[in-house]
Amino acid sequence: MVTVIHPNLEVIDPKMRAVDVSVYYGDKQAIDNVSIDIPARYVTAFIGPSGCGKSTFLRALNRMNDTIPSARVEGTIELDGEDIYRSGMDVVQLRARVGMVFQKPNPFPKTIYENIAYGPRIHGLAETKEELDEVVQRSLTRAGLWDEVKDRLNDSGTALSGGQQQRLCIARAIAVDPEVILMDEPCSALDPIATAKIEELIAELTDRYAIVIVTHSMQQAARVSQRTAFFHLGKMVEYGHTSDIFTNPIEVRTKDYITGRYG
Amino acid sequence: MSDAATSTHIAPTRTEAFRKRLAKRYAAERRFKLAGLSAVLVSVAVLIFLLGNMTFNGVAGFQRAELDVTIDFPSSGISGDANSLSGPGGLQTLQIQGLPDVVAFYAEQSLGSEAAEGLSTEAWRDVAAAVIKDPALLQGTHQFSLPATDNLAAALKGEGTPEERALAERLEAEGKLSNNFDPGFLSRADATSPQKVGIWGALKGSILTMIVTLLLAFPIGVLAALYLEEYAPKNRWTDVIEVSINNLAAVPSIIFGLLGLAVFLWIFPNFRSAPLIGGMTLALMTMPVIVISGRNAIKAVPPSIRDGALAIGASPVQVVFHHVLPLALPGILTGTIIGMARALGETAPLLMIGMRAFVATPPDGFTSPATVLPVQIFLWSDEIDRGFVERTSAAIIILLLFLLVMNGLAIYLRNKFEKKW
Repeated sequence: MVTVIHPNLEVIDPKMRAVDVSVYYGDKQAIDNVSIDIPARYVTAFIGPSGCGKSTFLRALNRMNDTIPSARVEGTIELDGEDIYRSGMDVVQLRARVGMVFQKPNPFPKTIYENIAYGPRIHGLAETKEELDEVVQRSLTRAGLWDEVKDRLNDSGTALSGGQQQRLCIARAIAVDPEVILMDEPCSALDPIATAKIEELIAELTDRYAIVIVTHSMQQAARVSQRTAFFHLGKMVEYGHTSDIFTNPIEVRTKDYITGRYG
Repeated sequence: MSDAATSTHIAPTRTEAFRKRLAKRYAAERRFKLAGLSAVLVSVAVLIFLLGNMTFNGVAGFQRAELDVTIDFPSSGISGDANSLSGPGGLQTLQIQGLPDVVAFYAEQSLGSEAAEGLSTEAWRDVAAAVIKDPALLQGTHQFSLPATDNLAAALKGEGTPEERALAERLEAEGKLSNNFDPGFLSRADATSPQKVGIWGALKGSILTMIVTLLLAFPIGVLAALYLEEYAPKNRWTDVIEVSINNLAAVPSIIFGLLGLAVFLWIFPNFRSAPLIGGMTLALMTMPVIVISGRNAIKAVPPSIRDGALAIGASPVQVVFHHVLPLALPGILTGTIIGMARALGETAPLLMIGMRAFVATPPDGFTSPATVLPVQIFLWSDEIDRGFVERTSAAIIILLLFLLVMNGLAIYLRNKFEKKW
């Protein structure tokens, strides 16, 4: 079965491109021949029922699957035309270029300042203490957290509320100035107000980054993304403009899913 | 059937049978609580009995029977000044001038000839030590409390022949014989007489041995745990290693002693009885405990922290040393202290490598002959002389205090490194 690509989806020079990607956990195939172009400065949403492989595919984009010994990736994934799975690819540099925000906020059990400063420090992005301070302030400001935490930068990052923690994790990701940010259901553990703030933030971040977001909430996909891919049983069923996917789905499975007939 | 019975629903939880079952459940809970409470009470009672008994006996262990002897130095003919008495020759200078005879003479003067027999023949060394410390003493007449012989000390406790007991009673009544606190117990080493033994030799031996054990077992154990958890591929070989380490932790300690004897003393034949070899042997025993607890602590670090660090481009080594290890450290320290406490209390393996030797001087360093606290306790408890009973209790108190200090340090470090997430 081939992915249905909406005919009116204009071809943009992609930031990341996946070609015939399959992911296996041992003998089990989790992703089956997925090909997709991810453009810069757009939000691309992956939707689909639980267990359809959208998170697995997302983790393949910055090789986080490497930490699972049984995981195996076939096909090619390119970042700016460069195959990220070729031998000799520097995974550390790749992950600095393709950042990730997880489902559950996972700030380090260190101070708020240290949470942000950690990335720039290990990559040597700031020469002096002043530069580092500036990176921390800039990242927190971009994540909309600066005003809330500027007086308590030395408090533990884990003392913040859930929504603040997630914005701290986003600030941590943008502190190393990546090119792509992957978000794996970033709002599933948050209340509606915190969710609204994160969604606002995602919209603002598109001025600079390519964002890929996995979400269970179709309303969220409709609100924040410009392009949407629908995954089902390890396959990418349909890909198009978000508005087209939600108003004019071509595939019957997509239609069934977005109208709530199964999920 | 009445109308009420069919129309009104009575929940099964409102029946008499249910109330009885409920009462049974509460009774079972009360029984369980009572059993738990009595278990706690029994262990507390045992602990109080043990500590009370030790303290009661041990207090006497920190004392020794001493005779009061007054020495008139100007008329004794002993001379000397700070220069001639300082250095290693000081003791000899005094001995050549006849200090032992002078002490014996004044003992007869002070106590009478019969009682002077009760003065330890080595008592002059205490006088010499005092003089070397303060040569100005030689300018006047001074009273010294000098150790009595073992027999007189025993007589003071109501043992020995009737004549000895009578003598001890008379001297005690005259205020010339008494049990005094013996600070020298904390600075001397083993001796043949309970009046002259000290614990410092064994304590220093234990400290040196523990240092060697910690320096070897901690880094090796932590690195092994880190490698096995974070890097090792999961295959048959790592399974074999894991099972071996778990088995190693359960091997009886005397077998480690035999290993130390066969391997370490074969490599370093000159270091028999040395804390270095003792520490190496105990490190073998402690290491598996640290590896096992270390692996558990590392496993308990949430994977989300690893993911978070990896996702901003930390290398695996940075993930381990910046995130995993700091979070696992409290757990690793707890395991380390359990292993170290066990090593501190070990006797059997050290007997095998010669640390049960009679060592009359505190060890100078890691390679000089030494014994350790538990072995010293074992040796003293084996002595025939009754005077050793109290000394043994005192040594046990020192061992328990050492353990307490070690545990206290571990708890302090654990709280210091503990973080919440």
